[in-house]
Amino acid sequence: MAISVSMTVNGKAVSAPVEERTLLVHYLRDHLGLTGTHVGCDTSQCGACVVHVDGKSVKSCTVLAVQAQGAPVTTIEGLAKDGKLHPMQEAFRENHGLQCGFCTPGMVMSALDLVKNNPSPSESEIRHHLEGNICRCTGYHNIVKSIAAGAKAMGGR
Amino acid sequence: MAENGIGARVRRKEDARFLVGKSTYTDDINRPGQAHAVFVRSPHAHATIKKVDISKALKAPGVVAVLTGANMLADKVNGLPAGWQIHSKDGSPMNEPPHIPLAPDKARYVGDHIAVVIAETRNQARDAAELVDVSYEPLKAVVNVAEADKGGAPQVHDQAPGNLCYDWHLGDKAAVDAALAKAAHVVKLDLVNNRLVPNAIEPRAGIGEYDAATDRYTLYTSSQNPHVIRLLMGAFVLGIPEHKLRVVSPDVGGGFGSKIFHYAEEAVLTWAAKKVGRPVKWTAERSESFLCDAHGRDHATHVELALDKDHKFTALKVSTKAAMGAYLSTFAPAIPTWLYGTLLAGVYTTPAVYVETKALFTNTSAVDAYRGAGRPEACYLLERVVERAAWQLGIDPVELRRKNVIPASAMPYQTPVALQYDCGDFGKNLNDAAKVVDWAGFAKRREESKKRGQLRGIGISHYIEACGIAPSAVVGALGGRAGLYESAEVRFHPTGSVTVFTGSHPHGQSNETTFAQIVADKLGIPIENVEIVHGDTDRIPFGMGTYGSRSLAVGGSALVKAIDKVIAKGKKIAAHQLEASEADIEFKDGVFRVAGTDKQKAIGEIALSAYVPHNFPHETTEPGLDESAFYDPKNFTFPSGCHIAEVEVDPETGTTKVLRFVAVDDFGNIINPMIVEGQVHGGITQGIGQALTENCVYDAQSGQLLTGSFMDYCMPKADDVPSFEVSTNVVPCTHNPLGVKGCGEAGTIGAAAAVINALLDALKPLGVKEFDMPASPHRVWQAIQNASRKAAD
Repeated sequence: MAISVSMTVNGKAVSAPVEERTLLVHYLRDHLGLTGTHVGCDTSQCGACVVHVDGKSVKSCTVLAVQAQGAPVTTIEGLAKDGKLHPMQEAFRENHGLQCGFCTPGMVMSALDLVKNNPSPSESEIRHHLEGNICRCTGYHNIVKSIAAGAKAMGGR
Repeated sequence: MAENGIGARVRRKEDARFLVGKSTYTDDINRPGQAHAVFVRSPHAHATIKKVDISKALKAPGVVAVLTGANMLADKVNGLPAGWQIHSKDGSPMNEPPHIPLAPDKARYVGDHIAVVIAETRNQARDAAELVDVSYEPLKAVVNVAEADKGGAPQVHDQAPGNLCYDWHLGDKAAVDAALAKAAHVVKLDLVNNRLVPNAIEPRAGIGEYDAATDRYTLYTSSQNPHVIRLLMGAFVLGIPEHKLRVVSPDVGGGFGSKIFHYAEEAVLTWAAKKVGRPVKWTAERSESFLCDAHGRDHATHVELALDKDHKFTALKVSTKAAMGAYLSTFAPAIPTWLYGTLLAGVYTTPAVYVETKALFTNTSAVDAYRGAGRPEACYLLERVVERAAWQLGIDPVELRRKNVIPASAMPYQTPVALQYDCGDFGKNLNDAAKVVDWAGFAKRREESKKRGQLRGIGISHYIEACGIAPSAVVGALGGRAGLYESAEVRFHPTGSVTVFTGSHPHGQSNETTFAQIVADKLGIPIENVEIVHGDTDRIPFGMGTYGSRSLAVGGSALVKAIDKVIAKGKKIAAHQLEASEADIEFKDGVFRVAGTDKQKAIGEIALSAYVPHNFPHETTEPGLDESAFYDPKNFTFPSGCHIAEVEVDPETGTTKVLRFVAVDDFGNIINPMIVEGQVHGGITQGIGQALTENCVYDAQSGQLLTGSFMDYCMPKADDVPSFEVSTNVVPCTHNPLGVKGCGEAGTIGAAAAVINALLDALKPLGVKEFDMPASPHRVWQAIQNASRKAAD
C-alpha cells in the first residue's frame, strides 16, 4: 500500500507516494531522482548513503522514508550554492580526497557532521570519526587532509 | 613544464561532477519501461538441482517472468568463457568445465545463480524470488584449496578429476634441484596467501535492453572494460554480433580487478531483456557482491631458497596450490601462472628459479585478478623467505638484499623466469627507503616502545611488478585468447577544442585529467578545451580496458601516437598555407612555424582550415583533423620499489598498529604526482588490509561464506592506517613514448609483506616464527600464546 511522504529536501518541499517499507535512500534516489546519495552495503557500515536529517547525520539506508516525514533533509546535491562548491567539497577537490567518487558524498556529509561538533578536529579525531565510512580507493590519507583543510576553510583553526 | 601539462599537479576535471552528486553510476540510470531482476541463488555450496518450481512465483504481484537454466539451455546460451588457456607440465590443455550463466543441473557454490525473477519493482521481484521453490540434493563440498587436492575430496566438476584445472610449471627444475643440493644454506617456508574480497564500494549493477525495431541490444554494466564484455558476451555466450550490441560502462565506483570479468548477471540481463521485451535492471546487494564477485589470492605455497656461503641466492623453488573457485573466471588461469611465476626472480640475481602451480576447483566464488593479481602473491612469498633467510643467518635484512639485488648496470636484465626487465635502480629504491625510515635509528625507537610495554618491529618489502599489460604476441604465446593493445582517437574540432575517445576505462584512476594533461602538453592547447570520453562501445573505436596498471603505459601511448598523427597532418596543412616545405615546419607549444622564420600558424587556425578547407593541400591531404591509433606494447613495464613498515604490537591484546609506512617507488615518468600519490596511498591500504584485517572465510563443512558482509569481513578504516610517507625514484621506461610504467597496483604489491615482516620482527623476542595473514588481534594473541607455551615446554 502506498502512503504519501513529504519532507523538505535541500530547501525544497517534496512529496511522493511510496510503499511503507521504502527506505529514505530509495525515496531520495528513486522518487526524487537525487542519485548523489549512494548505497554501498546492506548493513549500515559503508556510509556512502549519509545525509543530514534535522541537522543530524544519518545513514539513509537505515532510515525509513516515513521517519523523515516533515523533516528538513540535506543531501550532497544541496551543498553547493550558486554554482560554487561548499568549502568542504572544495577541500576534497583541492586535496585529491576522492578517486572513484562513490563513497565521496557520504564522506563529505559525514565530515560536515564532524566539523559541526568539532570545528578544528585533529588527525586522530578525523580518523576516529570516519569509523562509519569506508573508502576503498584513497587509503584515507587525502580524505583526512581534505577534512582538516575543509574544517579550516569553514572557520576552524 | 606547461601549467597544466605533463608533470603538473593538476586538480581533477572529473571531480566537478563527483563532488556535487551528479556522477552517473549504473544504478543511477533508469530506462523507460524497465523491469527489475532479482536472482535466486543457491543456499548450498554443492548440490544437485532436482527441480525448480516457479509456479507460485509467477503468480506473485508484479511478476513479469521467471527464467531458469532450462530456459537458457533451450535458447542455446553458451557458457561464460575463460580468456586464457594454460597448459599443464605434460602439455595437456587446462580443464575448462562449462559455466552456463543460470546453473541448469548443479549448484557449485553458495550464491550460484539458479533463476532470475523479473518484476515491475525491485521489492516485488524480491518477494517473488522467495516463492521460487528449488529442490536440492546437497552434496559434500570442498572450499579449501589444499583439501581440494587430496584424494577423496568432493569433486566440483565431473569433467575435472581430482579438482584439477591444470598443473603448470616454469623454470629449470634440474638446475634448481642441483643448486639446492649443494647449497650452504636452505631456507624453507610454508605460507598461506589469504583469500580476499575486492569490495569496490559501488556494487556491480546492470541494465539489459533490447530494441526489436533495430534488433539491437544494449547492456549498461559496471565494468572496467566494456569492449571486452561486448566481445565475450556477444561472440561466445549469446551469439550477438558487435554491430548489434552496445555495452556502456558509465561512472564506475571502483573495480580493483573485480569488474574486469564477464559475469553471469550481464549475460542473463541482456538475454532476458529480449525475452520480456523490456529493459531489465539489477543492482547487487553487498551480500551478493560478497557471494558472487570474483575473489582474490587464496594460495597455499611451499618455498625453498638456496644460498651459498657468501649469502648469495643460488636458487628458488616454489610449489603453489591456487584456488580457481567453482568456475573459471575471465582471467583466472593467468593469475597464479604468468602473472605470478614470472615475478619470482623479483629484484634479485637468483640464477635459477623453478615454480609449479596446481590450480584447483573449489566450491566457492571464483578467484581471479584482484589489485596486483599474482604479483602481490609473488612479492609476499619472496620477501617473506628473504626476511626469514636474514633472520636464520643472523644478517641485517637490508644487507642481505643489497648483496643480492640486480644492479642498475645489469639492465636490460634477463630473468630465469621469462621476463626481461628493461630498466630500474632497485638498489637506490632500497637505500632511499632505508634512509627515509631512518633504518639505523630503529633500535632506539624499539627501546622507546619497549618502555611503554609495546613490541616494535620493522619490515621491508622490495618489489618489482610487470605492468603495462601486455605485448599481444607474448600474450598469445602464453595462452591469452586476446590482444592487449589499446586504442585512442583524437578528434580536433573546427573551433579548436579536442575530444579524446579512449579504450581505457577509469574507475578512480583519474584518466579524464591525466589524459587531458597529455593532450594539453603535446598539442599546446588549454586543458579546459579537452574532454576525455570512455566507457561506451558505440563511441570508442575499440578498447581493452583498465587493469594491470595499463591505462597510461598502453592507453596513454596510444593517445600519444594519435596526437603525433594530428601533428603530422597539421604540418602538411601548415606547409601548404605558409608556402614552405613540410620538412621545414616545426611544431611547438601549439604553433606550427617555418624553422628560423616568424612565419607561423596556431594549431587552432590549422584545425579550422581542416574543416573549412578553402586554402588546403587537397592533392595530398583529406579534410578534417581526426586521427586514431592503436598501440601494442613492446614489453611489459617494470615498476619497482621498496616499502618499509614500522608496527607496534600490544602483547596483552595482540593489537597491531602500523605506525609508519614508507614507500619509495619507481613508476618511470610521472604525468601528475598528486594522482600517483593517491594511487599509492590506496594501494598500500589494500595491502595493509590483507595483512591486518581482511580475510575471506568459508565454513569447511557447510561451504557457507562466513564473512559475507562488512560486519564479518573487516575492511580497513581510517584509523587502521597512518598517513603515508611516499616518494618516487624516476627511471623512465625505455620502450614506450611517455617513459611511464604504471602505479595502480604497486602499493598493494609491496605493502602486505612489509607489514608482516615488521610484525614478525616485533614478535621475534617472543619466538614467533610462523604467521599467516591476517594479523587480527586474536590471531596475533594466539601466536604469542602458542610461542610462549612452546617455550615453556
